[in-house]
Amino acid sequence: MQEFFFGKLTLDALPHHWYTIGATATIAIMGLICAAVLTKTKRWSWLWNEWLTSTDPKKIGTMYMIFAAVMFVRGMIDSGMILLQQSIAADSQGYLTAEHFQEIFTSHGDIMVFFVTMGFFFGFMNWILPLQIGARDLAFPFLNSLGFWLTAAGGALINLFFTCGGHFANTGWLAIAPLSELEFNPGAGVDYLIWSLQLSGLGTLLAGINFVVTIIKKRAPGMSLMKMPLFVWTSLCAMILVISAFPVLTATTLLLWFDRILDMHIFTVGVGGNQMMYFNLIWMWGHPEVYILVIPAFGMFSEIVSTFSQKKVSGYTSMVYAAFAITFLSYLVWLHHFFTMGAGADVNSFFGIVTMLIAIPSGVQVFNWILTMYKGRVTFSSPMYWFIGFICLFTLGGMAGVLMASPPADFQVHNSLFLVAHFHTMIIGVALFGIFAGLTYWFPKIMGFTLDERLGKRAFWFWLIGYFISFVPLYLLGFMGATRRLDHYAASTGWQPFYVTSALGFAIISCGVITQIVQLIVSIRKRKQHLDTTGDPWNGRTLEWSTSSPPPFYNFALIPTVTSRDEFWQMKQSNRHLENHYEDIELPKNTGMGIYISGFAFALGFALVWQILWLAILAPFGIVVCLTIRSLDDHTEYVLPAEKVMQVESERG
Amino acid sequence: MSDDIKVFGFWIYLMTDLVIFAVLFATYAVLRDSTFGGPSGNDLFDMPFAFAETIILLTSSFTCSLATLSVYRAKKNSVIFWFAATFALGAAFLFLEFSEFSKFIRMGAGPQRSGFLSSFFSLVGIHGLHISIGLLWMVISMFSIWLRGLLAPTVSKIFRLALYWHFLDVVWIFIFTAVYGMSRL
Repeated sequence: MQEFFFGKLTLDALPHHWYTIGATATIAIMGLICAAVLTKTKRWSWLWNEWLTSTDPKKIGTMYMIFAAVMFVRGMIDSGMILLQQSIAADSQGYLTAEHFQEIFTSHGDIMVFFVTMGFFFGFMNWILPLQIGARDLAFPFLNSLGFWLTAAGGALINLFFTCGGHFANTGWLAIAPLSELEFNPGAGVDYLIWSLQLSGLGTLLAGINFVVTIIKKRAPGMSLMKMPLFVWTSLCAMILVISAFPVLTATTLLLWFDRILDMHIFTVGVGGNQMMYFNLIWMWGHPEVYILVIPAFGMFSEIVSTFSQKKVSGYTSMVYAAFAITFLSYLVWLHHFFTMGAGADVNSFFGIVTMLIAIPSGVQVFNWILTMYKGRVTFSSPMYWFIGFICLFTLGGMAGVLMASPPADFQVHNSLFLVAHFHTMIIGVALFGIFAGLTYWFPKIMGFTLDERLGKRAFWFWLIGYFISFVPLYLLGFMGATRRLDHYAASTGWQPFYVTSALGFAIISCGVITQIVQLIVSIRKRKQHLDTTGDPWNGRTLEWSTSSPPPFYNFALIPTVTSRDEFWQMKQSNRHLENHYEDIELPKNTGMGIYISGFAFALGFALVWQILWLAILAPFGIVVCLTIRSLDDHTEYVLPAEKVMQVESERG
Repeated sequence: MSDDIKVFGFWIYLMTDLVIFAVLFATYAVLRDSTFGGPSGNDLFDMPFAFAETIILLTSSFTCSLATLSVYRAKKNSVIFWFAATFALGAAFLFLEFSEFSKFIRMGAGPQRSGFLSSFFSLVGIHGLHISIGLLWMVISMFSIWLRGLLAPTVSKIFRLALYWHFLDVVWIFIFTAVYGMSRL
């Protein structure tokens, strides 16, 4: 009977370790505080009507960013725990068990990749991309809402193990088989990982389809492909990677789950399974994924360097081709993640050479960025600080990457901390610095006031110095033979001082994060002094700056007709203004279906993790009912009449 | 929102689904000889049976096209009739697939037997899952046409349903060739 109602879920699954009790209590207290504030200010219906059910990409974008920021703090705590353990675990077990340590680095990786970096990028794309192409909305507003909520459901599921189960996967972020097989990994941890990635992966895929269609079909009249801002181009590249790579993740993790639940033998040891196929499949998704994490940042930096140099971006056409070359090459390099598999010299050389080739388009971009500043009127606002930091770290990390692209060299540093330092250089230096630069740059557009510059620059210095103190020791440790993911080591290796230095660097980076939080609070409190009344605080070049800050919910009262690459800049130069007559606007209605469907999807994920049969049948049924109701609803849009648009516009001044 | 955009988006979705099948095909290609002492494809597969499945599914694609043609002629009852025929053929296909699966499992050649059989059941089973979803979608569409007639949004969805159904047919052709046909090689 208990088996029927609760599947494999038993009372043992309730929190009983210090960290599961602590995390569950934290989540509960945070939830209670939010609920109390909402009740006190009577804002429940406001939250539901204005935000949770919204189909406005700007609101969905804000929700993506808040979600990503919360997950970022969660991932930061993980990295602090990892480094603390490593700096005290010389000749001792430290304060974490080996099992717990492994679970921490696994969840750190998954959370930072799937929920933080991608969450922020989807936030930016939702906010900025429609504005840059002169569109009012994405191609599929409902899918956009559904995609966000599926991602959020995945994020909830990955943290649910604190409350139900107590153990996460201990396999590393890719759940490498056969370690992730039932034989070596009984328990719900790996299933949590699989179903969290299935849900968020589906959300990502829906968003990917949505953005590709939006970019291809929803551009303002006159905006030919070669007139698109570079952020739109790089988003297109990243989304092409999403739609071609994410199905591989879905299929691979599904096959892994089949192995676990149906006792299949696809990736198992013996009975005809093939473990190396898991490496191949997961990295066929994984390498494009790495570029999904950095390519949008390339576009953001292109916008930023051009704006703050008051000059058009150097070599626009070559930038576009470079982005596409990187996109294309990223499909052909997956094997460099496991040169040591023993595929043979021919195969290794092919993948080694293709990997090195990526340095060429990357170099084209770096030189173009530098040339954009050349003879420009450069203003060193804080986005430019992040930009300069990015150029340094991108070059450094890229060099380390080219070093490892050579198979013989890779054999020496494979799976060492050198590799860990390399990809952190890329993810911090490119993706995170891009996100921080973008946040500072577009914050006035999103919120209507600029961020505090002084604190922003201070946060940058904490981050940059903290980065070097934290990761240079890891490069060195890698050369000294320290492998990644060590929960303890012998003191005679002499590694401890390096680990301690690295943890010190983490503390400095944490100061940077705290400075950023303070910066946000200070900026909100002093917003009256930093109001952006013009909608164009940086003397920008692209169409998003032609709207007010924040833009009206319909983005553009009248869709602009585009004539040149830096359309808004040209408008300012030729003193051309947007016309002032109004038309009826068709806009999507809000809908709660995205939340309902994701709620059922979350229940399905939970049911499959714990093998609760009745719920696993009920939840898909709920999804089908929701989809049917939605598909029979013919009135998903409403018309905002021209008079109303005029009224809104005049109220805004 | 224009129909054009929806059809374009749906095509992209179909391509992503095709990538899922590509992974499953690749898995099958890698594992087809990993029989671990168990039965191979040559021992198990009944070609006339698989051919019958193929003919049934191809015919269902034909009736599905007749349904879309009736949509052009705005004949509501004939749309429902041809979709009902498509549904019946799809259900027959699914029944045959189930009977084949249960036969294999009874013979001791279930998905647990070997890497080869795991990949076979995954590939063919996931295609079958897609067929089931298509059938469910068809039932809902038929009800919607029956109750509300051929409204513009319904028609738009019917075309996408037809695209989906033909897509599954194309995937099956590859399964028939790569799984059943090539087992004789």
